[in-house]
Parts: sequence; C-alpha cells; structure tokens
Amino acid sequence: MTMKKNSKLRGFSIHIMPYSEIRELTITERVKKILQLVLGNRVVILQGKLRPEEEIRLIEDTMAMVDHIKTFKGIELAVVDAHRGDAGFFLKMRRGIAQGLTGESNSLTVIGPASVVKEIKKDPSKIEVFFG
Amino acid sequence: MIKILSRFFGGLFKRKNNLKIGFYGPPNAGKTSLANLLCKDWTGEELGTVSEVPHETREVQFKEKVEIEHNGKKMLLKIVDTPGIATKIDYEDFIEYGIAKQEAKKRAKEATQGIIEAIKWLDDMDAVIIVLDATENPYSQVNLTIIGNLLARKIPVLIVANKMDLRKANVKKIEAAFPEYSVVGISAKKATNMDNFYDEIFKLTKRV
Repeated sequence: MTMKKNSKLRGFSIHIMPYSEIRELTITERVKKILQLVLGNRVVILQGKLRPEEEIRLIEDTMAMVDHIKTFKGIELAVVDAHRGDAGFFLKMRRGIAQGLTGESNSLTVIGPASVVKEIKKDPSKIEVFFG
Repeated sequence: MIKILSRFFGGLFKRKNNLKIGFYGPPNAGKTSLANLLCKDWTGEELGTVSEVPHETREVQFKEKVEIEHNGKKMLLKIVDTPGIATKIDYEDFIEYGIAKQEAKKRAKEATQGIIEAIKWLDDMDAVIIVLDATENPYSQVNLTIIGNLLARKIPVLIVANKMDLRKANVKKIEAAFPEYSVVGISAKKATNMDNFYDEIFKLTKRV
C-alpha cells in the first residue's frame, strides 16, 4: 500500500483496527463504529474486510450522514486482497460468502473521510491512497 | 411471515417473461443512455434525461412492459434505471459544471437520497445489468461492492462495458477484472454492438 500526500493536507489520524475489535458486533454496530471514527477525521485501516451486505450498508449509512451533516462529504473505501491474483473475483467472493467472509487476515480495508482521503487508486494487488 | 409467503407465492407464479431488470453502476457510466436506447428501440419512448453532469439520475425510474424481440424470440421486461452509486457526494463538484450554489446543494441532497433508494431496490431485481465506463478503472470498490451484493443475493448479472467508441476505452480490462461474468462492450451513444447486447440480455434472463 502506498500513501501519498499533497501540500494542502490537514490534520488527521490513522486508526488501525484489528478484526477482533468488530468481530462480536452486529452489522449496525460495525457500520456505526466505523462511521464514528471516520467522522472524527480518522482513516480506518481494518485488518480483514466487511461482508458485501456490510459494505453496501456502509455506503447507505454514509449517504444518510452526508444528507444530515453539513461538513461531511462521504468516504473513500477500498479493499486490497493479498492473493487477488490467485483466484477470480467470483471464486473469491463465493468462497468468502461461504465462509462468512469475516476477518480474512489476507485483506486490508481502508476507509477514510472524503475530505481527507482524496482518492484511492486500486489495481488487483495494490492500492494507492492520496491525501488532500 | 407475510413477506415470506408473498415471496414464495410471488416466485411460484412469476412469469419469466415479465422480469425486473435493473441498471446499476457508478455515476456517469451511461446507465440512463443505455436504458433510453433500449426503451426507445422497443417502446418508442425514452426513460430519462442524460447529462455530462454526474448524478443526473437522482431517483429510480422505470418503464413497464418493454417487449424486446430479437432473433425470433420475444420477452417482456420491466426496465429499472437507478441513480449511480457512489461513496461521496460534494455539492461543489456540481458547481464546477456551472450549476448555481443553491441548486448544487439541492442536487447533492437528491443524489444522496437517490443512492439510498437504488440500494433499497437491489432486493427487488430479478436480474441486473451493471453498466461500467470502459475508460475507467474497473477495480473501484463501488463496482466490487455492487457485484458482491448481487452475488450474495444470487441475482444474475450482465456487465456492460459502455463508451467503447472512446479511444481510452479498454473492454479487455473489464473482462480481465470479472472473468466469471459475461461482459459485452457497447457504445450507448452510438448504438454500437447492440445485437450482442440483446443476445446477452436473453442469456441473462435464462439464468433467473
């Protein structure tokens, strides 16, 4: 993972979140916890990844917050799989769903406020995070 | 319980030729352009307005009873065009397109609500056409999230690589990103490769 910044960068912090921090939480609690951190200008790096329905719920709740919080513009989100090249998206996703897709240690999820994380460029095996 | 029974009996008596086909994807990929082309071809009427400004479609719009006839086969569809799904909305992005501040704020608010509405409609679809801009990187998380959710819901998917008329278009990159899915390259603007697109729609509905 590469991180790049430009001269306009303002204060933010990075929150490394082991999967154990959200393992016991419900989908609502997980999304709420992540969004609370993001609203506090934190870039969350989650060890593992969310389930598809959690990702889409995260987008849904993010939009509800953009609608209600004047200064909040949304999030940047990306998942990087260490072994992306070993299996196609369908196979990995199907295998993931079958396994409950939780806490896969070979994955990392980056979730940051759009006001801090300008862009996340992603190809199968790496992500570049641009701060701005 | 009522919902479960309704789904059971709905599924039992659902006519396979009256399927709800959703157009999903990121903003400005050409969902409405393609839905318009399809509706215009078979009903004579377009579905919505298109614009170079992102989030032009800010609410779900649909057309009932679109009858498609292709290679001697007929099919009746309900076409559902949805707002582009994004993870961020900034009203200042609309101002860059010359839209006044108040109108830009109104559009941003409508766009956020449109995304929520599009997500809520996911469960209702019989099959989904994901429209991607072939000039853009297909590995964006929004694309993966949409496809992951359709896979989890067992909803059949066709991927359309739109804007293949543009020099930067790379349909092969989209095929490489999603090798397990049918990908058809088209240009909705120039109505290119529509025969293949209709072939794929018939194949898609067979998987419902």
